[in-house]
Amino acid sequence: MCLAVPMKVVEINGDMGVVESAGLRREAGLMLLDRVKLGDWVIVHAGFAISKLTKKQARETLAIFAEMGGLG
Amino acid sequence: MNNKGRILLAHGGGGSRSTELTRGLFQRYLRDPLLLEMDDAARLPGQAFTTDSFVVRPLFFPGGDIGRLAVCGTVNDLAVMGAEPLYLSIGFIIEEGFPIADLERVLASIARACREAGVRIVCADTKVVERGKADGLFINTAGIGRPAFRRPVLAARVKPGDAVLISGPIGLHGIAVLTARGEFGLKSAMKSDVAPLWGLVRTCRGLDVPFMRDPTRGGLAQTLNELVQGRKFGVRIDEAVLPVPRSVAAVCDLLGLDPLQVANEGKVVMVVAAGDAEKALLLLHRHRLGRGARRIGEISRENRGRVVMATRAGSERIVMPPAGEILPRIC
Amino acid sequence: MAETKLKRLAAALRAFPARPGTQFMEVCGTHTVAIRRAGIHKLLPDGVKLVSGPGCPVCVSPDRLIDEAAALARQGVVITSFGDMLRVPGSRTSLDRERAAGADVRAVYSPLDALAVAAATGKETVFLAVGFETTAPAIAAAALKARERKIANFSLLTALRLVPPALKALISSNIELAGFLLPGHVSAIIGKPAYEFLAARGLPGVIAGFDPEAILTSLLLLLEMHEKGVRRIVNNYPGVVRDEGNERSRAVLAEVFAPADAEWRGLGVIPRSGLELRPAYAGLDARRRFRIVTEEAPPRRGCRCGDVLRGRIDPPACPLFNKACRPDSPVGPCMVSAEGSCSAWVLYE
Repeated sequence: MCLAVPMKVVEINGDMGVVESAGLRREAGLMLLDRVKLGDWVIVHAGFAISKLTKKQARETLAIFAEMGGLG
Repeated sequence: MNNKGRILLAHGGGGSRSTELTRGLFQRYLRDPLLLEMDDAARLPGQAFTTDSFVVRPLFFPGGDIGRLAVCGTVNDLAVMGAEPLYLSIGFIIEEGFPIADLERVLASIARACREAGVRIVCADTKVVERGKADGLFINTAGIGRPAFRRPVLAARVKPGDAVLISGPIGLHGIAVLTARGEFGLKSAMKSDVAPLWGLVRTCRGLDVPFMRDPTRGGLAQTLNELVQGRKFGVRIDEAVLPVPRSVAAVCDLLGLDPLQVANEGKVVMVVAAGDAEKALLLLHRHRLGRGARRIGEISRENRGRVVMATRAGSERIVMPPAGEILPRIC
Repeated sequence: MAETKLKRLAAALRAFPARPGTQFMEVCGTHTVAIRRAGIHKLLPDGVKLVSGPGCPVCVSPDRLIDEAAALARQGVVITSFGDMLRVPGSRTSLDRERAAGADVRAVYSPLDALAVAAATGKETVFLAVGFETTAPAIAAAALKARERKIANFSLLTALRLVPPALKALISSNIELAGFLLPGHVSAIIGKPAYEFLAARGLPGVIAGFDPEAILTSLLLLLEMHEKGVRRIVNNYPGVVRDEGNERSRAVLAEVFAPADAEWRGLGVIPRSGLELRPAYAGLDARRRFRIVTEEAPPRRGCRCGDVLRGRIDPPACPLFNKACRPDSPVGPCMVSAEGSCSAWVLYE
């Protein structure tokens, strides 16, 4: 229901910014996220950054998969 | 107000609505057997003959312009019939107030594209219409070519087991024009792939190539569906080997588009007899426009009339032609 | 290489010893499309079925919304909308047909672009505000921008919906579900606690990303939890979804919108499942700004979109499916939306 893609923040002007992915750029609103920095990867939906991308792994997922025989 | 009796943009999208218009209206009146073949060009005795009209916004885009498109479009329609493009006609419909400097840029580009394609423009026409009656500039070209393949390029000769090749990465033209338009606020430096293909396809003129098509409007999905529609075979392609550039994927992911449905203007889909497939790839790879050529699948006895794609997840799905105007989905 | 891992996951899914008659629901339309594009629906173990949920804004919006937008378009108002809505049939017309007849209807990517249209044209411009919790904050932010930039000719025709109330309504009806594949991007806003009511009712849920690997692992998790009787909500998209969600987005949303009862196609009116503009932003409400007259719509004969949306039937069980109702000539919204389950069934068989 909600198409959103990871893009990198390459410009910040107040609560607006420019995000980029594979050479594609677009203006994006940054007011829906706390503490956005240049170089952050964010999830962009309908022209707004709505979430910061982290490297966080699903601990729960890994634990459950470990039980299931190392599928993760 | 009866809106059901009007032409929609979807009717021009190259998908099933276009087919509906062609079958349901045009073919009720225009019924020449050569036309009803629905090939990219008509096969006249010893000649191939075709026509195409060009409207594009913006008129100039990274990698090309309407002039280059008008030459390449018709040259490629001849090339994919296995015919060497020889002569073109060209007609301009120009809106009052159109800058002469822009017209000159288009003409220079047309001349360059003709040299590149080795084709001559031998007749031309110009009409000027009142401001507001056309969007800047429309161009029509028609072309005549000479069949030059050793064996006829004839879809009727396609058979199960034949290999399906694509000459390079897909989706570049459609996405380049979309971003050049500034539509949806997108910017990119992506270049259209618009190019005359005869130089590339002629390298395979000695091989057994029963079918070629340039996957323009409606993209690869449209071309492959046209190939198998109503036939006793299907086609199976492999998602993992489809050449989709990252830049194209980025736009498609953002707007919910399918790269298989995005237009190309400098690519050819080739169906090659299995025994000639490796040779064809080798020949294509040697040409500047075919370096990214890949074997993407084969003609199958199963799935008659259908395009099936093996997915990365080890499953498969049907590839349908686009249903109409390609609209982004967001929510 | 990634592909072998994918195929390993696919094989594990296919071979999972599941109890027969196990039915999971993928709530989100983007999941529906991703599942069918990757062919994952053909990898389910025997006896397991995935049904599509109400997470397609186009599908759950009542016909009246399109009728209202078309009526506005005929008044000369510029209509801006996500591309999804343009082909959706209302009771008599669709926005792309209105455009063909001369109306100014524009597809935009962002509500910010709609605001830019308003600024550039100076004409009354209405944005068709559809979507769920992911999209609503973006629309709220655009509303705040309209105010900040003093763009007075911009307004919203709202049909925003909330996911948890719809899921609550669904599980209280008699449909047999063993668990939920939960929408990744909605969850990025509302967070994991918003679904705890499912676990409390004995239903597991997995918040899932959208690539094939994420969907395969999430389905395996669901099956495993179902098998072992684990009733938990698992966040399997932690790179994007914080367990607590995005408070800032929720605050922006709450500044502009308040929960309100709303009608869903197929589900009827669900208490506090929609959003309406707060009184302070009533000036942005297109329904207040314009007199919108629509005729009472005749019911759509034979269309079973509502049952499809509730997971009651699979699309082919509808008498119109792929006959009178096809992606290029849709009768119901589940066929017109690229994310609608009927369309996905036809397009990615």
